[in-house]
Order: sequence, then C-alpha cells, then structure tokens
Amino acid sequence: MFEYAPAPESRSVVDIAPSYGLFINGTFEAPGSTGGVFKTVNPATEEVLAEVSAAGPEDVDRAVAAARSAFGPWSALPGAERAKYLFRIARIIQERSRELAVLESLDNGKPIKESRDVDLPLVAAHFFYYAGWADKLEYAGFGENPRPIGVAAQVIPWNFPLLMLAWKIAPALATGNTVVLKPAETTPLSALFFADICRQADLPPGVVNIITGAGETGRTLVEHPGVDKVAFTGSTEVGRQIARSVAGTGKRLTLELGGKAANIVFDDAPIDQAVEGIVNGIFFNQGHVCCAGSRLLVQESAYDEVMESLKRRMATLRLGDPLDKNTDIGAINSAEQLERIRVLTDAGSQEGPERWSPPCELPAQGFWFAPTIFTGVTQAHRIAREEIFGPVLSVLTFRTPAEAIEKANNTPYGLSAGIWSEKGSLILAVADKLRAGVIWANTFNKFDPTSPFGGYKESGYGREGGRHGLEAYLG
Amino acid sequence: MKAADTAWRHTLAKKPPVVTAPAAPTRLGVRKTYKLFIGGKFPRSESGRTYLVNGDNVALASRKDARDAVVAARAAQPKWAGATAYNRGQVLYRIAEMLESRRDEFAAQGVPVAEVEAAVDRWVWYAGWADKIAQVHGGANPVAGPFFNISAPEPTGVVAVVAPASFLGLVSVIAPAIVTGNTVVVLAAGPQAAVTLAEVLATSDVPGGVVNILTGNAAETAPWLASHDDVNAIDLAGVTDLDLATELERAAAGNLKRVLRPGDPENDFAGDPGLKPMVALLETKTVWHPKGF
Repeated sequence: MFEYAPAPESRSVVDIAPSYGLFINGTFEAPGSTGGVFKTVNPATEEVLAEVSAAGPEDVDRAVAAARSAFGPWSALPGAERAKYLFRIARIIQERSRELAVLESLDNGKPIKESRDVDLPLVAAHFFYYAGWADKLEYAGFGENPRPIGVAAQVIPWNFPLLMLAWKIAPALATGNTVVLKPAETTPLSALFFADICRQADLPPGVVNIITGAGETGRTLVEHPGVDKVAFTGSTEVGRQIARSVAGTGKRLTLELGGKAANIVFDDAPIDQAVEGIVNGIFFNQGHVCCAGSRLLVQESAYDEVMESLKRRMATLRLGDPLDKNTDIGAINSAEQLERIRVLTDAGSQEGPERWSPPCELPAQGFWFAPTIFTGVTQAHRIAREEIFGPVLSVLTFRTPAEAIEKANNTPYGLSAGIWSEKGSLILAVADKLRAGVIWANTFNKFDPTSPFGGYKESGYGREGGRHGLEAYLG
Repeated sequence: MKAADTAWRHTLAKKPPVVTAPAAPTRLGVRKTYKLFIGGKFPRSESGRTYLVNGDNVALASRKDARDAVVAARAAQPKWAGATAYNRGQVLYRIAEMLESRRDEFAAQGVPVAEVEAAVDRWVWYAGWADKIAQVHGGANPVAGPFFNISAPEPTGVVAVVAPASFLGLVSVIAPAIVTGNTVVVLAAGPQAAVTLAEVLATSDVPGGVVNILTGNAAETAPWLASHDDVNAIDLAGVTDLDLATELERAAAGNLKRVLRPGDPENDFAGDPGLKPMVALLETKTVWHPKGF
C-alpha cells in the first residue's frame, strides 16, 4: 500500500469577496427591501466563505425585467455575433479554470481532482459546443426559422454548480433567449464568478442575470408571470411542484430530476473494470449525482468475486480535504444533506440489509460520510427505492438478463443505467429494454456536451446537451 | 309458386277486395350501438350507460373503462414498440388501405369526402415515418473521448389523448403517437366516426390494445387519465375549456407526464404536421460504450 503525502492545491488562486450582491442588468446590486442575506460555508471546514444576497420578490421583478428588455436586441443579433460572445466566455473559463476549480471545491466540497479534471473542462466545452450552434440553428432540424422563446428562468442544484449553469445558460444564449439563473443556496459562488466572466466578455447587460437565494427565491422566479420558459434541475418532488405551478400558464418547461440508476454486472464482465465503474458510479462526487449508479445489480454467479474486489477497492479510497489532489471523496455538501443520508442509511440498517464501510477516519470539522455499501438489499427496502444522493450503494442480485431488466426498470425514475459484460449482443439487447435516458455500457458517469442527457418517467423531460438540447430553448 | 299464393290470386280474381291491400312492408333498419374499443374488442361501457348522438346509441365511458383501456394499452406497448419499424410502417399503411375502402361510411356520417381522403393520406405519410424518424431525430454524438456514442428515440409509452372534434384531427393525433411504438387511450369527440375508425383499425393488423377508443364525456374521463400513474403522456389537443386544460396539466404533474397542451382551436389539421407531434411523444436514449483493443 502506498502512503501519500498531502498535496494541497493553493487556496490563494481564488479571491472570494466578503459579500456579494445580485447580478442584475450587468451590475452587482444590493437586494431590495424584500430580500436579505445568507452565508455560504465551506462544507469541509464549516468556515464561512462569503455573505450572499437572498433575492426577494422585488429583486426577482428587476431581474426578469432586465432579461426582458435585453431579449429584443439579443435575439435580433445575428447568430454569428451571439456565437462570438459564447466563444469568448468559453475561453475566459478555460483561462480561469484553475481559480474556478478551487472555488468550486471550496464552496461545494468536491475533490479538486474532480472539479479540475471533470467539471471545469466540461463547462468550457459546453460553451464552446453551443457557441458553434448559434449561427447554424436553421440546420438543426427544428424548422427553417427557429425562434427563441424569451426569458428563461433557470434553477440549478448544488452538486455540479458551474457545470449545471453551463448546461442551462449555453444553449439558452446560443438560441437567443435571455436568462435569470438561480444557483443553489449552498453553492452560489461559482455562478457569481460567472457573472463577472459575463462582464469580462462584454456580454450585453441583462442577457444573463444571476440571483441568489433559497427555495423561496426559486419559487418566486419560476412563478413570475414575466418568464416564458422554466428549466429546473433538482429533486423530483420540487420538479412536480414546478410542473403544477406552470400548468395553465403556457410557460415551456424542462426538468432534469432524480434517479435511482441500476448498474448491472453480468458474470462475464471484466471484473476489475466493472469494480472501477461501480466505484465511479456511486462514489464520484460523494454520490451527489442524479445519475449515480446507486443500485448495484450483480449476477449471482459473480457475486462473491465482485463484492470481494469492490470492498478491497473501497478500502483504498481516500476521504478528506477536497483541495488535496489525492482526495477521492470530499465533503458532503451541507449539514442538511448529511442528515438526509443518515436518515436513509439508518432506515437501511433497520430494515435488515447488512451495512459495510471500509476503515475510514472522518475529519472532526465539516460534513462527512464514509463510503458505504448495503448487501442483501431487496426491492422493497427504502434504500433500493429512494434517492439517497450520497456515497451509499445498495447491492441486489439477479440470475437472468430478464430478471436484471425487470429489477432495473422497477423504479419510477429513469435517468441512467449501467451494463457490464463482454458480450456485445447482450449489452445491446439489455440497453434496448432499459427505460432510462442514458445507458453506460462498460463505463459510467461519462458526460460530453455533444451527448444528450435527460430522463424517462419521473426523472423529468427534455434533454440537455447535443442537438437535442437546443429544442428546450426554441419556440 | 306455393299453393297458398295461387289460392290467394284465385280469390282475388273472383272477388274484388273491399279494403285496400297492405302496402309492401318497409324494411325496419337495424340500429347500431356504437361501443367502446378496448384491447381490440368492442365492449359496452362497464357502467351500462349509453347516450344518444344524432339518434344513435353510443357507449358512455366511465372511469373504470378508462382504467381498463390503460391496462390494455400498457399490455400492448412493449410488443408494439418491439415490432420492427418496417412492420409498424406496414401496419399503418394497411390502415390507410382499409380507410380508403370505407370512405363512403364516413361520408354517410357527415365527414366531408375530402377530409376522409386527407386522413387516408395522413396515415400514408406517417406510415413512411416509422423507419425514418430514428435517423432524423437521433444520431451519432462525436464525444471528446474514445467512446461509441449514439442517441436514438424511443416511444414514451402509454399516451392518453383528448382528441379534437374533426375526423382529420382524430387521425392526426393517433397516427404520430403510435407510429413510433406508443400505445394510446383516446377520448373521442365525434363518436360515430371514431368508432367506425376503430372498426377500420380492428381489421387492419393493428394489434389489440395499441389504439383504445372511448366515447362519452371527456371532461368526466380525462381527469382519471391525467392522474393515472401508468400513463406516460397526455395530449390535450381536443380540450377547448382552458380551465379543464389547466386542471389536467396540473394532475399530469403527479407522475411527471409529458403534456401536449391544447392547440389552436381553429387548427383544421390540413397543413404539414411536421415532426413535432411525433417528437413530443419520444424519449431520447443515449448509449455509451468505450472503444479499444
């Protein structure tokens, strides 16, 4: 076993201001009388990073009005000009990616290895990809004269703060819409830095507005009558509420919601690769991933081998300082999320499955949860049905492909699924029958701006990424 | 000639009648009861209810009929989606053939001949899409890594449809849903033409349960479909009451159904439908696999 010396990334590459206003019409403004302030903390240390504004109804009004008045000129710009703004933004993100990666790890708790190697490269690539669409929309297959919808209200989660922002803002702007975006309450900082990038790129004021706040701010924004389009990524429960509130208003809606993905390992799979995929599937980003492979379905004949190898691999996972370049598992994003994981794993223990974690020392400060697996799980158990959104894997078994498919589909969700096998025809047959929007075969948790992402059933509707991602923003 | 007739003639010849002979009997028509179309069969409403439409007895569908129709649609869906696209195209083309041959029946029900013909042509148009939509709406994704990556459309599942009043409208909401492998539960507005269409479907190689047609009061049955957890999408094309449309859309949020909102009430469905009616009832599945030796 190797021993690692700490290899921390420098925190000094990012300069966080003590407080932030709301980014409305191209400037940072203090919230009006209906707003307030809240603090955002580093979940790894509980240190306060900055004081952030909570937008009230008046602030939402101003942000929507700014987006509305920017919409006319922005949508009238030739696509090639809009494209160049997006290319500029993509370049600035690339240039500032080290700073943004550190910021993301500070505010979110995710390992720097992930924010540096996954989040930030994908953020820049996403803007670069949609920049190229802005002057090619008439070739996208949505009619000869595709038109933008108007003002888009976008509400994003805390698990991939800047990446989810990119998924929302890049296609909206490429198609000529203007945006009011609300980042999650616990991870507002990278969106506020993005506001600064918009200024740096000379993006016309009002095209992008960033308002911070909690759920109430999000609700006010989504329900605002001046909004034409709502895009939300988050929990299925909030997605339902939004779908209800949008009913009858004519607002267009896309939703990317929860998941409970099956990761299916057949007995002919390359076990070492499959175990890497299982680990990446559930422990990547502390399991704070809507498409996480949280239900492992192992063919009975390979069960012992897979579990032995999985436990051995889990024992090598390094949990700790998110800024350490060797860290595999960072901090849980908030005390609230940690509590939810505890409630569900306690329920898991009580319902009968066997719980196991590798020896793992948790730091005294901050929010932490050791990587955990439950074996002997059945489909009736809560931990097999409910999204935990943490580093917790439920292991079930199957004998035949038909049984695997039935168990995999036995969920109201349908976001993603994994298949591990060396047999091509089996992979394709199973992939055909899984009711999920993204199927990873012999890989897991891969993302790309060209590749459409989104769910079936109660995992939401609409796609983000690729040509399909334009549809959500065209009238 | 029978003896009795001879006798009668004989009598007639001998003795002129004192009363006029009975008029030649007019034939009593056989009235048709227009029944529901569920799972390939034509049941009465389980409620036993009927109502009169232009003198015809029509089944008045109940909540339970709607549920039965969803069960039939769900049961039929995997096999219909699993049929080859070529096969689904053939089935839709067969519908066009059968509809063409029964044009007069629809004309007799008051559907203009031009509209019936447009409906036939619409079936033909959609028949050809069965094995082309995946190429137009899907494709290869050039990801930045050593991966094979494609996106392909798949049917959403079971679709509830509140159909528009016109016959062409009815065909224009059913065809784009089923051509890609969805199955439908249709709340029809013009019951006689809809049930006659069901008879066309029943004789056109369409597997039972792929199209289910309910007649009656959509405002009564639609809410049960909008809130039904085994329905994946709802098309409100025929809803003219905007309050009802809002209520249905809200109910559909329960299991996050895909909602197609009411269209323009002036729409006569004569124009090119475009891809939207099909695409709205498709999911996109993206499959990744590594490349390597």
